[in-house]
Amino acid sequence: MSSGILIIDKDLCIGCAACVAACPFGALAMEQGVATVDERCTACSACLEVCPVEALSLPTRQADLQPPEARGVWVWVEQAGGVAHGISWEMMGQGRRLADGLQVPLTACVLGERVRDLAMEAIAFGAERVLLVEHPELARFRTETYAAALEQLIEQERPEILLLGASSRGRDLAGSVATSLHTGLTADCTGLEIDPANGRLLQTRPAYGGNIMATISTPVHRPQMATVRHRVFAVPQPDYGRRGEIVPREVTLPPASLLSTVLSFVPASDEVNLAEARIIVSGGAGLGGPDGFAPLRELADLLGGAIGASRAAVDSGWIPYAHQVGQTGRTVRPELYIACGISGAIQHRAGMSTSRTIVAINTDPHAPIFGLATYGIVGDCQQVVPALTRALRARL
Amino acid sequence: MHVVVCIKSVPETTQVAFNPDTGTMIREGLGTIINPFDMYAIEEALRIVERHGGRATVMTMGPPQAAQELREAMAMGCERGVLLSARAFAGADTWATAYTLSAAIRALGGADLVLCGKQAMDGDTGQVGPGIASQLGMAPLTYVWRIREIEPASGRIVVERLLEEGTEIVSAPLPAVVTVLKGINTPRYPTRRGLRRARRTELEVWGPQDLPGIDPECLGLSGSPTQVVRVFSPEVRAGGVRLFEGGTLETAADALAEQLIADRLV
Ligand SMILES: Cc1cc2nc3c(=O)[nH]c(=O)nc-3n(C[C@H](O)[C@H](O)[C@H](O)COP(=O)(O)OP(=O)(O)OC[C@H]3O[C@@H](n4cnc5c(N)ncnc54)[C@H](O)[C@@H]3O)c2cc1C
Ligand SMILES: Cc1cc2nc3c(=O)[nH]c(=O)nc-3n(C[C@H](O)[C@H](O)[C@H](O)COP(=O)(O)OP(=O)(O)OC[C@H]3O[C@@H](n4cnc5c(N)ncnc54)[C@H](O)[C@@H]3O)c2cc1C
Repeated sequence: MSSGILIIDKDLCIGCAACVAACPFGALAMEQGVATVDERCTACSACLEVCPVEALSLPTRQADLQPPEARGVWVWVEQAGGVAHGISWEMMGQGRRLADGLQVPLTACVLGERVRDLAMEAIAFGAERVLLVEHPELARFRTETYAAALEQLIEQERPEILLLGASSRGRDLAGSVATSLHTGLTADCTGLEIDPANGRLLQTRPAYGGNIMATISTPVHRPQMATVRHRVFAVPQPDYGRRGEIVPREVTLPPASLLSTVLSFVPASDEVNLAEARIIVSGGAGLGGPDGFAPLRELADLLGGAIGASRAAVDSGWIPYAHQVGQTGRTVRPELYIACGISGAIQHRAGMSTSRTIVAINTDPHAPIFGLATYGIVGDCQQVVPALTRALRARL
Repeated sequence: MHVVVCIKSVPETTQVAFNPDTGTMIREGLGTIINPFDMYAIEEALRIVERHGGRATVMTMGPPQAAQELREAMAMGCERGVLLSARAFAGADTWATAYTLSAAIRALGGADLVLCGKQAMDGDTGQVGPGIASQLGMAPLTYVWRIREIEPASGRIVVERLLEEGTEIVSAPLPAVVTVLKGINTPRYPTRRGLRRARRTELEVWGPQDLPGIDPECLGLSGSPTQVVRVFSPEVRAGGVRLFEGGTLETAADALAEQLIADRLV
């Protein structure tokens, strides 16, 4: 007798047991030639994909419910000190495409202190409407104040889609707003499409450290909210001749006494700003010690890149944790990732496998990192890295 | 201080590998572990209690076998363990997860501090921590890699948050939700005494009936605004690696430099 949440079509099941092997929780078993599931099932969906005959499914909910009236695509323009975060315009390109598909307007939400210039820029990048909220309390990002402001805008206008960047600010803000408004939020999307059948947003994202992709929808709740991964989508060409409407809005913010206050901010040196770096030179256990990073720094300096590290290098105390790339570190997506003396363990790959070009330098030709790399040199990084720096310096 | 730590039982990643030939996930054997970030949350909770007095409660929502992860946390030193396990909870998305965990924290009589990991290794969203903060009306303090001070008397906490562009030092009112990064501490190992105690202590298993005032419509699959439409394998990186070899390391490095310039990467 099945007691798990998974639905098994016993007529379709061919008893191949592929799902039994795929279940991380040991919830599936074979009984008399068909699969059964017990209460250990967490509806994680890992088995759905391995079933060759599509005998497995999860219950679909809310099939009979209709979403409330909602219209328009919104993008939150993330900024600091009046300068837009790169993700803002990347999302504007996607927002434009979705809005055109749905034949609805694209609205940019610009929140801050003196940010009218950004509103104009948002129009150049594709918005036809900008909701502009200027308030001294919004000078510096704080989740509580920004969430209060954004929620008020949403409640007044009821958009159907809201996109935010999957940056640390965007994720905090999205999580807070989606919770208060009781709607669905899909994390860290790398694909956004409209389902032609029902006009719903199909949000595709990596999970399990990039080992699987999942497409998520929010069938009934509005707005459909997603955070969008940085550097996946191209920045559209701005057109400063475009016309658009700027709509100033007032909001009520919570009393300051209840809020957190930022006491100070210590900017990261270029060397650790991994999220913005176009080039990352990364080192692992193969560097042999803290001094092993010296040639990597020289190369990074030449290229204007940042320094990354594997956990092995961080745990040995050779370099601070802020540099760690991987599952328990940062996820990066530079144009060029140069892995020096890094074996390429799955947890490291989870943080860098979507880099545009990967160069591996390793003494072991069988190191898994070569399975992922675009270019490679088999050799000692203490020799190869300085040679590469010299070769580049001679040519740049 | 009452510190509540939320932990998730996740499949061990080393066992999730990808088979590029068949395009499926391969898992060798089975096993779950405490979500790695949550180990740091447990350790931080124990340190806070050791410094300021009070007690740490560890809580997880999951299948019955997640009891194993709770016992591990108790062996490390958490006084009380609560397992939220019922069919009604299954299939929760981050909204329903945060809703249920928040209801359970209320049922415990509240908390001065809730600690979570930055992110779970499987679902990978990082949304549950901020969700709990929003549900309970607490300050959300994410990406914390150092707790500078806690002043139970004035009811404030000062933390360092590691953001993309730098480190932010924030002071927030208690109660607060803190999600922690790996760099914050080194988790202890359970002691033998801890293990014995954890084995003897009764775990509390809670269902919806133990959460006063809960709306059954907001639980599990039926309470989840998001829905998984499809799961599939990522595209495997095309082509193999191009090795620069032959000749000396110098000539290989020269050729690689030429290539990177030709690709306009540098
Ligand atoms: C839960 C969990 C989370 C984790 N999270 C992360 C994470 O976020 N990030 C991360 O990186 N890891 C993480 N790990 C650890 C991961 O499994 C690996 O142990 C780690 O990535 C290995 O680091 P490494 O490649 O530097 O070291 P090793 O695997 O020891 O590899 C060193 C490499 O250097 C090569 N080498 C040796 N000498 C030289 C030389 N002179 N020149 C060139 N090459 C040389 C060797 O051939 C080898 O390939 C995690 C593990 C677990 C269990
Ligand atoms: C492939 C896939 C994709 C998914 N995508 C989404 C999505 O985009 N949006 C969405 O809303 N849901 C999504 N889900 C559902 C989501 O994984 C579950 O809601 C899960 O229970 C919590 O989310 P998480 O794993 O992302 O945890 P995170 O939010 O990453 O976890 C952060 C911290 O919260 C605490 N925590 C998380 N879960 C629990 C728990 N069960 N018990 C105690 N503490 C906990 C831990 O301290 C943890 O370190 C997805 C599920 C799958 C299988």
